[in-house]
Amino acid sequence: MIELLASHYTYLTAMVILAVGLYGVVASPNLVKKIVALNVFQVGIFLFFISSAFVLDGVPAIGTHGPGPYVSPLPHVLILTAIVVGVSLTAVGLALVVRIYDGYGSLNEQVIREVQADD
Amino acid sequence: MTDALVLLVVAPIVAALLPLGIGLFIRGSGQYIALAMAVLQVALSLLVLEEVLTAGAFSYDVAGYAPPFGIELIGDGVSAPLLVLIASVTLAVVLYSFRSGPQGDSFYGELAFLTAGLSGLVATGDVFNLYVFLEITGLATYALVASDSSPAAAYASLKYLIVGTIGASFYLLGVGYLLVATGTLNMADLASSIPEVGYTSPLILAAFGLIVVGLGVKVALFPLHTWQPDAYAESPHTISAHIAALVSTAAAYALFRIVYGVFTVDFLAAVPIARDTLLAAAGISVIVGAVLAVVQRDLKRMLAYSSVSHFGLVVLGVSIGNETALAGGLIHLVGHGVMKAGLFLAVGVFAMGAGVKTVQDLSGLGTRYPITSAAFGVLAFSMVGVPPAIGFPGKWNIIMGAVQAGEWIVAVIVVTSALLTLGYFGRLLERLYFTESITNTDQSVKADGGHPEDVSVLLRTIVVVAALAAVGLGFWATELIDVFQPVMEVYFT
Repeated sequence: MIELLASHYTYLTAMVILAVGLYGVVASPNLVKKIVALNVFQVGIFLFFISSAFVLDGVPAIGTHGPGPYVSPLPHVLILTAIVVGVSLTAVGLALVVRIYDGYGSLNEQVIREVQADD
Repeated sequence: MTDALVLLVVAPIVAALLPLGIGLFIRGSGQYIALAMAVLQVALSLLVLEEVLTAGAFSYDVAGYAPPFGIELIGDGVSAPLLVLIASVTLAVVLYSFRSGPQGDSFYGELAFLTAGLSGLVATGDVFNLYVFLEITGLATYALVASDSSPAAAYASLKYLIVGTIGASFYLLGVGYLLVATGTLNMADLASSIPEVGYTSPLILAAFGLIVVGLGVKVALFPLHTWQPDAYAESPHTISAHIAALVSTAAAYALFRIVYGVFTVDFLAAVPIARDTLLAAAGISVIVGAVLAVVQRDLKRMLAYSSVSHFGLVVLGVSIGNETALAGGLIHLVGHGVMKAGLFLAVGVFAMGAGVKTVQDLSGLGTRYPITSAAFGVLAFSMVGVPPAIGFPGKWNIIMGAVQAGEWIVAVIVVTSALLTLGYFGRLLERLYFTESITNTDQSVKADGGHPEDVSVLLRTIVVVAALAAVGLGFWATELIDVFQPVMEVYFT
């Protein structure tokens, strides 16, 4: 078991980051912190993809390195796209948070719910 | 004319940028660009459909890279009718937005962006590409839901953003597992390499679970539906119609593609727990969504919960795992798009003319808006499943498929849901036609300050067209199954 964990520690780290992010999204009442946690959650997935490409003693598949194991470039490319998606989501999310703050005067979810219930 | 398929995705992306660029110089040009885009989409999607009907399924290699390494776009018997649905609802919504809010160049840019995402989602044959289009669709939807300037809309949109992103991320994680297990992302390629890995391999099972949960969020299956009522209720009527008709529809279509095109029927047969869980989740959504719809007072919220219930029906059709039920699910997918768009647009007419927000506000409107009310009634009965409208053949095929598969409980659930649907739509019709108007004494000033005559003929015509389309499609349902048939033959051999 310990050996398995030691040899797969990148996957383990990815899952821990993912879980921390998900916990943050659910548990934090602050909307900005929720969005940051959402980012952390996505980073866990990115790390999972990147570590799946790892090859022992592998070289990047760019230029000429001669024969030898290459690191798969595909997950890197995919994650490059996913990072762009993540940035856009963060931007839209933060823009919405600005409008919510203008409207309710608070970033706390509980306070916003109370204001909504009063209306 | 296979190029029409890729143009369906490229044209709206271009059209999404144009209003922002040209709008700097000519304000208000956005609506004409959006109209031109929508007409072009309808023409292109009809070309794709014609190609599929005459020559059969075809695929397009994006940028000339052959699959499995390049991205593949697929035009076949299921994607082509869905593309036509997306294009025609978009056209209706663009026309509707001319006389209704919100307008502005950025709004039309977002609308075109959403169309690009939806068309791509339906046409793609690559699981990672599907993720990208899922997020494009999501981003455009979040922006559109918040286009009403109230803070409540922004809050509903943020909620949708957070839940939707978590769903899409789960989907991405599932794709990661598939990539690790098979080394490919192309759907057809995955379908042949997954059996080599083994259906019960933990990687494959985890991938299935994550992908289904991720798409379940986007489809709004029961425990994952919480974003939907707020998003539908707080967004402007035009937008609720568009996203209610198309966004979850495209996600449900993606679920169908993943289950049959990637994991295949053999997977469902080999892993009964996957099928049973999907069936149970769908069945619970059908009943709970309908019950929650019955207790709603807010009209748009009721329609939103009705969507939860009806997408449950579609997923039931997909997860039973035989041809009849699948055909029923797909018909209901197309039909629900037409009917829900029509219902939301009709609610928009009532809201603009008489300030209707709740079920009670509908009282006595049947005499004041005879045509819109009639169209609303036709659409409502179609949702219940009264023949010959499109709501009937979908439900009927799902029930027949369930009986063939020996799933009697599913058949009972579908019938019960039809009765519950009658329950909540019956209440609306009773209000419309058999209740004295509560605002009769003061017709000139309405809750939102508008006047009844403000509602233009164009808006009412669009609602009537939707009602006619719902009935017309019902007569055309057997032909629609024939269109789906070649695809189902591929998946069921």
